[in-house]
Amino acid sequence: MTITAKPPKPRFKTGDTVHIGDRKAVGHCRTPWYLRGKTGVVASIQGTYHDPERLAYHKPGLPSQVLYKVRFLQSEIWPKYKGPATDHLEADIYEYWLEPATEERRP
Amino acid sequence: MTTPTRKTMPRTGAKGRAAHDVGGLDFGPIDRHEHDLALWEKRVDAMLILLVGKKKGAFAIDAMRRAIEDYGQQEYDRTTYYEKWARAIRNLVVEQEILTRAEIEARMQEVRDKHLKAGRKVSKAGVPW
Repeated sequence: MTITAKPPKPRFKTGDTVHIGDRKAVGHCRTPWYLRGKTGVVASIQGTYHDPERLAYHKPGLPSQVLYKVRFLQSEIWPKYKGPATDHLEADIYEYWLEPATEERRP
Repeated sequence: MTTPTRKTMPRTGAKGRAAHDVGGLDFGPIDRHEHDLALWEKRVDAMLILLVGKKKGAFAIDAMRRAIEDYGQQEYDRTTYYEKWARAIRNLVVEQEILTRAEIEARMQEVRDKHLKAGRKVSKAGVPW
């Protein structure tokens, strides 16, 4: 996994509310099951990397993918979460797993 | 040195999860004991570093993850960390045509015979492909 010389333009920016694709993984998948279908906020843009879901099958990993750090409220992920309402979790998610969040999905 | 106990846990209500993707499921308490690495475990670690390194570039670390994730739930749960690595490395060097399955099996037989000849105990159990 290496940073490419000409990174693609990120589709999302820090602070954007994003929805994680609620779909089944086909083969190697870097988005954990417990985050699929959840809504979070872009905390930062981590960079651009060769696509691990293609590198896993000995492909060059192109096109490169923008990697985001997405912040989720713990209470959004775990329905029975009993900790403070402000508790959150951050996860690295590649762009193809992100969708713009619609208004009604905003936490 | 303690060895963590291995257990197979059913992934109830976990439709669409791969065997490794268990975040949030109840697996009971985590064994936090430190344990030393055996020599073979260190060797497996070194082997992987050499294989994925720039010079050899046999496969990407992502392929390694995929090879481990491809195990069934039962195999995934009952193998240790470096057992998973060893098996994945073996399968990937065959996949990438660095060694053939026959070459690996022949070499394993040689090693087995050598130890038997020296009067050492040799496990008859093969590691499934």
